[in-house]
Amino acid sequence: MTVDGTSTEEKLPSSTTLILFLRGTLGLFFSVLLTLLGLLLVTFLIGRVVPVDPVLAMVGDRASASVYEKARIELGLDRPLLEQFWIYLQKVLTGDFGTSVLTANKVIDDISRVFPATFELATFGILIGTLVGIPLGVMAAVRRGSLSDQFVRIFGLVGYSAPIFWLGLLSLLIFYAKLDWTAGPGRLDISYDYIVSPETGLLLLDSALQGEWEVFRNTFSHIILPASLLGYYSMAYISRMTRSLMLNELNQEYIVTARVKGLSESRIIWGHALRNAAVPLVTVIALSYANLLEGSVLTETVFAWPGLGQYLTNSLQNADMNAVLGSTIVVGVVFVGLNLFSDLLYRLLDPRVRFTR
Amino acid sequence: MNPSSMVVWRSWLLSETPQSRNQARLGRLYRGWLAFKTNRLAVVGLSLVLLLCLMALFADLLSPYSPINGGDLRTERLLGPSWEHPFGTDGQARDILSRILHGSRLTLLVVGLVAIITTPIGLLIGTASGFFGGWIDASLMRLTDIFLAFPRLILALAFVAALGPGIENAILAIAITSWPPYARLARAETLTIRDTDYLSAIRLQGASAFRIIWGHIVPICLPSVIVRVTLDMAGIILTAAGLGFLGLGAQPPLPEWGAMVADGRRFLIDQWWVPTVPGIAIFVVSLGFNLLGDGLRDVMDPKESE
Repeated sequence: MTVDGTSTEEKLPSSTTLILFLRGTLGLFFSVLLTLLGLLLVTFLIGRVVPVDPVLAMVGDRASASVYEKARIELGLDRPLLEQFWIYLQKVLTGDFGTSVLTANKVIDDISRVFPATFELATFGILIGTLVGIPLGVMAAVRRGSLSDQFVRIFGLVGYSAPIFWLGLLSLLIFYAKLDWTAGPGRLDISYDYIVSPETGLLLLDSALQGEWEVFRNTFSHIILPASLLGYYSMAYISRMTRSLMLNELNQEYIVTARVKGLSESRIIWGHALRNAAVPLVTVIALSYANLLEGSVLTETVFAWPGLGQYLTNSLQNADMNAVLGSTIVVGVVFVGLNLFSDLLYRLLDPRVRFTR
Repeated sequence: MNPSSMVVWRSWLLSETPQSRNQARLGRLYRGWLAFKTNRLAVVGLSLVLLLCLMALFADLLSPYSPINGGDLRTERLLGPSWEHPFGTDGQARDILSRILHGSRLTLLVVGLVAIITTPIGLLIGTASGFFGGWIDASLMRLTDIFLAFPRLILALAFVAALGPGIENAILAIAITSWPPYARLARAETLTIRDTDYLSAIRLQGASAFRIIWGHIVPICLPSVIVRVTLDMAGIILTAAGLGFLGLGAQPPLPEWGAMVADGRRFLIDQWWVPTVPGIAIFVVSLGFNLLGDGLRDVMDPKESE
């Protein structure tokens, strides 16, 4: 430590708090690593209990015993389970999820091709969910017990209770088939294919950057329905949490102080109460973002959205285990990563939890 | 029951000085019911759930047609709602109302079995973890955290992929992925009573760990776990329906509601009722469980409710 004698007394507490903070963060990372290891163990075990014999799938059922045995050794299935898991770990950590039987590509290549579509959809969805959900929650908290509060509650309950795939079908029926307000399933009309070169893989961004506004409009018209649907689901959760967090803040004494000071009501609500509720809200939003990834599996199936969810269901229906497990691992890692991110952010923003573990 | 005996019963139930344990217990239940009754939405939820149970019980009597065998494929396919077929018929000329009625059995089966499988697992892991502490606690909770950190539907999908599609495997997959919150809850409850005097007294009498956990800790954790399970039922129904929709849950020709939506997808534009009606059924039932769960939580834990 390069601290001179005079200021040691002042510096010491801050360095201990730093150590505490680092220790807490380190503990967090350790538990995340353990979780990821658990995820890989589960996928490994799932891969082992599949009723489909991987050797048989490779050599066919008319192969002789010696060919079968050779393939079995080649796949490493004759070794102890622990050693197999070790080999599996090494492979997965280098991004080797094996080859998809369905597409004959490496699973990792397939996933990196379809992932941007899901990312774009989920991000658009969480934007809608946040931008609508927070004001709704604030309104419900401020006018507690009023008709609008009841409305927000019912609105959220419907979101919690309706099957997302069914709402997706209904919205297609109404907004696409009957009213013709939006484009149908898929990500882009065929006539617009190959106009925009995929730079980021996010069609909205690519088309805007390349000035192809017609493509942009078409993309927007395709994404708006599934994104609103996903947004609605996260909105139900976000508005509910915003409401209870805001109610908590509005009962605090500093709100009374602000009122006594003569601040305007909108300043109190948006500038003071919401600001203090914002810290836990960040966690809520990160969690619903992670949940959106899950919801996207069903939504993508309904809207024929060429993302990870559809890739996963397609592989499931064709018993393409490498692809299934690869997608599961990717979604799991993103999920765990978002959880870690929200935890870290929470620690950083809220001094009260910064030093605990 | 005539009015005067009602009054007697009521005062017996609400007595401040119960004469027996059973009277105290029943009285507590009755007070809970009185509190529950004031929540109109919760009563609606309870009625919906009861309706589901009645539907499942009397599906055979109520259904006008067979849920599996359809009518004449030439003349009775995709009929619109009418007096003979209130919800119309599907692509194989089967009466949708009859299928919905029989589908309630599958829904109830899923919910019931998942609850029966997960509650003991959660209770066992949670109470053992809280009671023993130390490395047992650390490792069990780590395991719980790992399962909690996974996306549920995705994990269930992977399990079903491995086990093969079918309603039993779907139930198993959902159960495997939904016990962790109960374990957490049971552990927290166990920790609050672990060091109480009456447990020390039981320990001094020489009761085994199993006896203490099973006979004295589990009964205390049970109510809150049951409420939590009820709150999760809507999610379980939606997950099961989602698996069915993806073709991984109940297999045709079983009238599972999610699978019925998937089956009717092709007819969405021209015969909208075919995929819509089963969706409404899923929605109403999961709404019922949500309302019931909210109401129960309000009764058990007034602090949580706003």
